[in-house]
Amino acid sequence: MLILECPCCGVMADETELAPGGEAHLTRVGPEGSDADFESYLFDRKNPKGVHFERWRHAAGCGKWFHAARSTVTLEVFGTYPAQVTEPPKALLATIAKKVPGWEGWQ
Amino acid sequence: MRRYSAFAIAREALRYHQGWERAWASPDPKKRYDAIIVGAGGHGLATAFYLGKNHGITNVAVIEKGWLGGGNTGRNTTIIRSNYLQDPSAAIYEKSRSLYETMSQDLNMNVMFSPRGVIMLAQTEHEKRGYLRTAHANALQGVDTEFIGPEKVRQLVPIINIDGPRYPVLGGLWQPRGGTARHDAVAWGYARACSAMGMDIIQNCAVTGIETEGGKVKAVNTSKGRIETGKLALVVAGHSSELAEMAGFRLPIESVSLQALVSEPIKPCMDVVVMANTVHGYMSQSDKGEMVIGGGTDGFNNYTQRGSFHHIEETVRALVETFPMISRLKMLRQWGGIVDMTGDRSPILSKTPVGGIYVNCGWGTGGFKAIPGSGWAMAELVAKDAPGPLAADFGLERFREGRFIDESVAAGVAH
Repeated sequence: MLILECPCCGVMADETELAPGGEAHLTRVGPEGSDADFESYLFDRKNPKGVHFERWRHAAGCGKWFHAARSTVTLEVFGTYPAQVTEPPKALLATIAKKVPGWEGWQ
Repeated sequence: MRRYSAFAIAREALRYHQGWERAWASPDPKKRYDAIIVGAGGHGLATAFYLGKNHGITNVAVIEKGWLGGGNTGRNTTIIRSNYLQDPSAAIYEKSRSLYETMSQDLNMNVMFSPRGVIMLAQTEHEKRGYLRTAHANALQGVDTEFIGPEKVRQLVPIINIDGPRYPVLGGLWQPRGGTARHDAVAWGYARACSAMGMDIIQNCAVTGIETEGGKVKAVNTSKGRIETGKLALVVAGHSSELAEMAGFRLPIESVSLQALVSEPIKPCMDVVVMANTVHGYMSQSDKGEMVIGGGTDGFNNYTQRGSFHHIEETVRALVETFPMISRLKMLRQWGGIVDMTGDRSPILSKTPVGGIYVNCGWGTGGFKAIPGSGWAMAELVAKDAPGPLAADFGLERFREGRFIDESVAAGVAH
């Protein structure tokens, strides 16, 4: 069972408490964006076989959104971090780079 | 190809079954093919079959990372139906269902198609209204379905708990021509027919890269070497995003795990397929007597072919409520498959930003029923470099243009 630590309330929450929110760090495309950019923002996803940065909500707990880095191949959780950022923390990226040889980076 | 027949069985019986030939050849790849199909599951093999049968293109290779039919083709719950709400869906799924009717004859392989009928239970007033609407839509589309009342449901499925305390059965959408088929035989039958047409089916051959030149596909690099081609069809379900990445574009697809399970075999107790979408579980009885059970997908991206236990618990809880007699059944096996979900829960049969590359994916949780229709439509797309009437509405551009084929709203659940 998937267990994530909620960075807001510090609880180790299992997945029945959590609601998945899909790929993280998507950059919103505004009214001036092109159709292609808007399509890409709304629909196109990395869906990587490997390290995935994603949004979760501690739905049956504190109710807050947060981020998690997780492997979609081994289901290993690399870490969680607060929602109020636009990119993953450097320390977490370094941990993942060490654990996953040949990883191409989060972008 | 030596044909299978009653006569062949008698002949082989007289000579100790020494004369059966291999169902398909496993050659090494050639340097170049007119078309390469990545993925030897049902959809990939059906695409190859109709490329040969309908369009006369037989210099074709089907390459497969694992073994033939070892992905979702061998992991589904084998339900075949076409009672969809939207016109484009009804068209392609009904084509598919009708092709299943003659598949055993067409492929000279017994796929054990059993048109035993499919009921989708209506267990809330909203669901009842939804299915009445679908039944009317199906009447206009030429799909044979009917909304039936609880009495008829009870007659068809005596083991059902009609007056459940939470969700009593208010009726159901009945498709008498729906049913099940033997999933492995579908893959084997197509593979054998493709091999007989001279196509190469190459297993244990993973694609490692896609070469393009001037915006067009040139070759694929595989674990068995470089193979040139002018047309490349990616028919790899849950791994579509991986292959699209190799070709340099992204797809509106997310891969999640869908689980199924079967019980110990019991005596015949239910001769139709029952789907209960409000409580979210579906069940049929296999020819061996096992109850074949499926439910909902996991919520998060996953490539492991395993799922979360609590989804099994939810599915089984729903079905025990609907069929109280199964409460003491033991479950024999449980497994997961990686399904490719699109936002509108409808498939993608499309050209791509790279010339000569076509994708057939996004069938999500309902791909098995669509195998022949999908292959038929995809073959036309690959052969003519333009979608035919069945595939036209399923292009990638529908996301940009907002022309969704919204079966997620129509079904209320994964379907």
